[in-house]
Amino acid sequence: MSPPVAPPGWSRWLVPPAALSVHLSIGQAYAWSVFKPPLESALGLSGTQSALPFQLGIVMLGLSAAFGGTLVERHGPRWAMTVALVCFSSGFLLSALGAAVEQYWLIVLGYGFVGGIGLGIGYISPVSTLIKWFPDRPGMATGIAIMGFGGGALIASPWSAQMLKSFGTDSSGIALAFLVHGLTYAVFMLLGVLLVRVPRPRERADGRPAPLEGVQVSARAAMRTPQFWLLWIVLCMNVTAGIGILEKAAPMIRDFFADTSTPVSTTAAAGFVALLSAANMAGRIGWSSTSDLIGRKNIYRVYLGVGALMYALIALFGDSSKPLFVLCALVVLSFYGGGFSTAPAYLKDLFGTYQVGAIHGRLLTAWSLAGVLGPLIVNWIADHQEEAGRHGSALYGTSFLIMIGLLVVGFAANELIRPVHARHHEPATTVPAQHAQKEGNDVSRQQPESA
Amino acid sequence: MSADSSQSPPDTAQVPDRRPLIAFTWLWVGAPLAYGLYELVRKATQLFTG
Repeated sequence: MSPPVAPPGWSRWLVPPAALSVHLSIGQAYAWSVFKPPLESALGLSGTQSALPFQLGIVMLGLSAAFGGTLVERHGPRWAMTVALVCFSSGFLLSALGAAVEQYWLIVLGYGFVGGIGLGIGYISPVSTLIKWFPDRPGMATGIAIMGFGGGALIASPWSAQMLKSFGTDSSGIALAFLVHGLTYAVFMLLGVLLVRVPRPRERADGRPAPLEGVQVSARAAMRTPQFWLLWIVLCMNVTAGIGILEKAAPMIRDFFADTSTPVSTTAAAGFVALLSAANMAGRIGWSSTSDLIGRKNIYRVYLGVGALMYALIALFGDSSKPLFVLCALVVLSFYGGGFSTAPAYLKDLFGTYQVGAIHGRLLTAWSLAGVLGPLIVNWIADHQEEAGRHGSALYGTSFLIMIGLLVVGFAANELIRPVHARHHEPATTVPAQHAQKEGNDVSRQQPESA
Repeated sequence: MSADSSQSPPDTAQVPDRRPLIAFTWLWVGAPLAYGLYELVRKATQLFTG
């Protein structure tokens, strides 16, 4: 399948909805918890077992994004979105079959393995294309798409819960819910497949494609640069710090104010978690768009530096003021979301647009590690503090100090990022242009500012 | 959304009007997102009322 080239007069504002139709769908992964209790009771599973399809899905997301990125670059966004559609939907259909015949392994294979490939390929599918269409605002463009991944759970969570309520929570009700999910997401994602277009190649006077202007680095070469690994550390530290709060948000706010005159109820804690999701989503579009104005390096200084300050405020004064606690947590979560969505634009500034999707896929392995590291730190320390007889905010003090340390490490890594050495650049003749107007000007403008 | 930067450069005099398609596609993704946000706001208010 060759990349679909935009016809004359095609609007670039048709590309973000194409990206959103994919990201809003695959973002369903974060609403998997809705299916856990029904699966546990219908199939007699433990909590660990019912979490396995989701966990395998996230592992497959990281692996397929890392190893499938080059294929996505080669075959283009329509191919990638088609693969994502087929894998994500058939994952649900296999799970429906698994629930219907009460075969748990089919659900793990379907949702976790097959669907997980759809998550990874779908996640990176529009990134490169969006950056090429919006060379003047890459942060905003990727922010819109990656915001969709956060938004997917907001849609799926109440929708899936309502469906289970209607169909029932026995195995046939779950099977029917999976079936409807698979079919609905297939139709919804189809818009992206049909709509996505790459910009028309710029041509030289002799009719041949003009080479890309500015620095261009292949995915293979990027892996050999310190810039890639420094940015990997930056993303890993930022995500770890965000997940540290996100993972235990509800028990954390309850513990912090348990011994005060205004304890937090379970219902209010659920509201706090919802508010954090909103901040996460808003950060993805808001901070990423801001990075187009102040530069990528500066925005990561804010994420990591101000993030560390927010953690310090929570640790020092969090239990004395509920508004302060909530405000600081919201800011940290907005930086967490912003860190995700600004990364592709940072990669574009450093390595150009040549294989930015593939490089982004490889960078996402930082997310996989952070997804394990963040919850591990907070849970392990909280458990040990509890065993030592501590309670309330004292359960989290050490975790917060560690998070501040991680953010400082990320801040230092960001400071060390410099423009990529010329020996890693691709020769101009190997990288044909496929760009919207004004590309060259913007690449040359962004490079010194951000790198 | 200025015309010079938001469109692939037309090489024919007559190009189709994309505005209805743009409106439809943004509605396609915007409607479910609005539903998700509505549910989110409903839940988030529990922090202050719950």
